[in-house]
Amino acid sequence: MSEPVVSMKNISYAYDQKTVLNHINFEIPKGAFMGLLGPNGGGKTTLIKLILGLLKPDEGSVQLLGGPIGKFKDWNRIGFVSQKANSFNKGFPATVFEVVSTGLTANVGYFRFFNKNHKEKIIQAIDQVGMLEYTHENIGNLSGGQQQRIFIARSLVNDPQLLILDEPTVGVDYENVQRFYELLHRLNDERQITLLLVTHDTGTITEHATDIVCLNKTLHFHGKPEEYTSLSEKDLSVFYGHPVNIVTHNH
Amino acid sequence: MLADFLEYDFLRYTFLTGLLIGIIAPLLGTFIVVRRLSLIADALSHVTLAGIAFGLLLEKKFAVTLITPLYSGMAFSVIGSIFIEKLRGVYKAYQEIAIPIILSGGVGLSVIFISIADGFNTELFNYLFGSVSAVSINDFYTILGISIFIVMIVGLLYKELFSLSFDEEHATISGIHAKAIHLLFIVLTALVIAASIRIVGVLLVSALMTLPVAASMRIAKGFKQMMFLSIIFGEIAVVAGLITGYYLSIPPGGTIVLVSLIILLISIAAKKYNFTLKKAHENNLQKK
Repeated sequence: MSEPVVSMKNISYAYDQKTVLNHINFEIPKGAFMGLLGPNGGGKTTLIKLILGLLKPDEGSVQLLGGPIGKFKDWNRIGFVSQKANSFNKGFPATVFEVVSTGLTANVGYFRFFNKNHKEKIIQAIDQVGMLEYTHENIGNLSGGQQQRIFIARSLVNDPQLLILDEPTVGVDYENVQRFYELLHRLNDERQITLLLVTHDTGTITEHATDIVCLNKTLHFHGKPEEYTSLSEKDLSVFYGHPVNIVTHNH
Repeated sequence: MLADFLEYDFLRYTFLTGLLIGIIAPLLGTFIVVRRLSLIADALSHVTLAGIAFGLLLEKKFAVTLITPLYSGMAFSVIGSIFIEKLRGVYKAYQEIAIPIILSGGVGLSVIFISIADGFNTELFNYLFGSVSAVSINDFYTILGISIFIVMIVGLLYKELFSLSFDEEHATISGIHAKAIHLLFIVLTALVIAASIRIVGVLLVSALMTLPVAASMRIAKGFKQMMFLSIIFGEIAVVAGLITGYYLSIPPGGTIVLVSLIILLISIAAKKYNFTLKKAHENNLQKK
């Protein structure tokens, strides 16, 4: 088996005195489609920030693509679609093409222009998320689900090995959530992109993910979706710190 | 109608300068508007006024021109812009508070300089509302240099400026130096304002940076198109404003702003009747 994309050893992190992550050990295997579950304030976003190098752990070490994070330079190999991508200024006058091009900005570098090759990459990424016909449409005219695809395309232009999505389906209707997961499967299968998806929607993620991780300060669960769904309400209450009602999705 | 502008030197330099600021003001204005910083231009123009008053004061006290008002205005404007950027860093949650601080500071200093000098008569009036006859050949060359510099920097850093304007968080995560670029950008803005003040005037310079953008935002598809349309609208406003201002003996600041407002109203109406450039293009194709 090849080396994991992300490997966290004994990670702890606290904001001021408040511990958010307590001795976390976990790995994201290459090619995985991992769902990250947990209550609000359980440290999901902090964990992502640690992987992205935006925060430094108080304790422990992070390895990205086989090397220590301190020496990691290939940041464009890691795509990130933030929760905030949903709440951008809807009236911003930019076309889909222009938005996706911002994914390449840092990669291309200062004082350089986009060449033909870059433009092809942008078009390819838009095509990959099935939005080619909207290439020259203003982003503000698209639906929430379509905008979400555009933000994924923005990450895809850099051929990421790992794509991190922070609650991407909030505010997206059921049908588009299904199409969204189809897209993620395509990226996972065809382009071998490892996925880490933060979500509250336990019903849907357990149908799609290959691995489930449950985080509430410490790692409460790490295993296959079948194992997660076979957990009792009592077990889940322990994870979440309050009683849980399992709601099954029978679509 | 253009004849006088081509014939007389002083009018010719005003006209050429007008063409330059018709490009650079909306060019930077596009970024200013989408970053919701429209009022920064106003704050900086008032700081520039303080600089100009300072220059005029030196001129009056020493009876020689040590530093022309254009240069002193520019110096104050650039210093003011750096202060704004610093203040925005200090009040992270209330960044707009930098604007009234700098604006009132500028007006305060202006009042002090003006009263020390016992007033400047018509000269100051020209700076407030603009003038068709105020651009010297030296001013023109300075503004030409500034314009070339600004177009070059915006061209070279276009994708970074655009990325930062659209999604600052994402741009910063991907490794773009947000702080340095913001600082450079606001210094450029200060230069544009100082350059434009001779023609448009302190009180109306921000209009030339924002009104053409507001108009093109209604009908443009995408950011680049909005930028080019803004420049076209800016040029129309400057040319039409300068000519009518000259023939009607009205300070051009007023006429330029009025033309900009008319363009804005037309674009709002056009949007209301669902006219976009793409549709016009499709209609043309159908006719063929």
